Amino acid sequence: MPRTAPVRDWSSDFDVLDPRYVADPFGIWDDLRATCPIAHTDRRGSTWLPTRYEDVTAIAHDIEHFRSLKVAVIPMGPAGGEGDRQLEYGLPPISSDPPLHTWTRRLLLPWFSHQRVESYVPLTRALCRGLLDSVIGAGRADAAVDYAQQIPVRVIARILGVSSEMSDAFTGWVRDVLEFADDEARRTRGADQLLTYFGSQLDLRRRSPGDDLLSELLRAEVDGVPVDDGIVLGMAALVLIAGVDTTWSAIASSLWHLATHPEDQKRLVAEPGLMPTAIEELLRAFAPVTMARVVTGDLEYGDCPMKEGDKVLMNFPAANRDPDVFDRPDAVLLDRAHNRHVAFGSGIHRCAGSNLARMELRVALEEWLHALPTFRLEEGREVLWAGGQVRGPRVLPVAFP
Amino acid sequence: MGGRSGQGSARPPGGVPVKIRIDPDRCQGHARCFALAPELFAVDDYGQASVIVDEVPPALEDRASLAIANCPEYAIELVGDQAVPSSGL
Repeated sequence: MPRTAPVRDWSSDFDVLDPRYVADPFGIWDDLRATCPIAHTDRRGSTWLPTRYEDVTAIAHDIEHFRSLKVAVIPMGPAGGEGDRQLEYGLPPISSDPPLHTWTRRLLLPWFSHQRVESYVPLTRALCRGLLDSVIGAGRADAAVDYAQQIPVRVIARILGVSSEMSDAFTGWVRDVLEFADDEARRTRGADQLLTYFGSQLDLRRRSPGDDLLSELLRAEVDGVPVDDGIVLGMAALVLIAGVDTTWSAIASSLWHLATHPEDQKRLVAEPGLMPTAIEELLRAFAPVTMARVVTGDLEYGDCPMKEGDKVLMNFPAANRDPDVFDRPDAVLLDRAHNRHVAFGSGIHRCAGSNLARMELRVALEEWLHALPTFRLEEGREVLWAGGQVRGPRVLPVAFP
Repeated sequence: MGGRSGQGSARPPGGVPVKIRIDPDRCQGHARCFALAPELFAVDDYGQASVIVDEVPPALEDRASLAIANCPEYAIELVGDQAVPSSGL
């Protein structure tokens, strides 16, 4: 079936790239949750879409029956191969199960601990201020392109130890791999460029190591054995791919909410003590990331006959809007107290960069509101959203007096 | 999802001191407890959270409730016989 065919029945033939789903998936999830609640499609292979919090978290925790070998929402490659020929181990730990998952994750986690992330605050704050300085005189800006998109990529470049002058290239490659994954030529080109770049950067550090994440991965030994080169390359690529448009999408979605809700702008400016719960609430309401799992063997889950090799989309954004778990789920309540959101996933694959993402979102909003406490959508210009694996605004024109 | 309810409040009846603990097998390092109540929790380099007070000071009971009600893994519990019914949200 051509991917452009419009969806007539969301329960049996959904399409996460349908323009209606990308622009406004919330009503679709509500209908499915109330009547289905696990949708199916044969577009891009047999795929299931749970919409209830209980189902999404139960499947995330059942790593025996739902494995992480293929985590891409849009299948990569006509043969069903994931990632790239150069990556025989995929992108560990995200695209792996224990035991590979366990030790690769332990190598990465200290780089994203709360303590380590706090050391990136001054860099992030200076970056945000510089970006704001360059737009503030104009009275208008694209909050996605001029601001949100520019922040996480530069922080992650610093952590990896690569040049932030590559930021535009990084952003382009990551979008090729995730946002435009349905275009095979583009996806393959982006992946090739990304892996070639990191391959050469790893070669550089083998000759002349530094104190960055790439050098540390090359130095690391597990049970006295150096880590396989292919695994190091996959981990490096993952840190970039996972650390760019995910957080940029969360920042831009949050700014979209504030631009369209002046009462929340005022409240956050007047009550900065709300920031911790506000951050969690914005993450809940606008969780950007959907992941995938692969069914390991024929099984029945929730009356759904799942077959070996089927995909299940980990619909964390829909789980976060489940009225069985969240009071008034479609309202953004900056002081929401009961908020077990799963924007960063659930279970052993909890986003390894969640502390970094939370810090970047907080600093980006604090600095924006400090410089531009009053702003709104620019009249006559359209907001453009991207969806699929990562949902968020790609064009967000705002004006400020 | 049995056993995942009834942990929505830290305030026991009758003014008994509030104690909380983290189930290390459930904790997945979300660090939401630390983000919302750094006075009560610590998180190590690998994300494992721990409680850093013996008893929750009365002034921080709301913070303890907030942390309990924000843990996506239902890993924070009241110690002993203190749990009170809640909406389970």
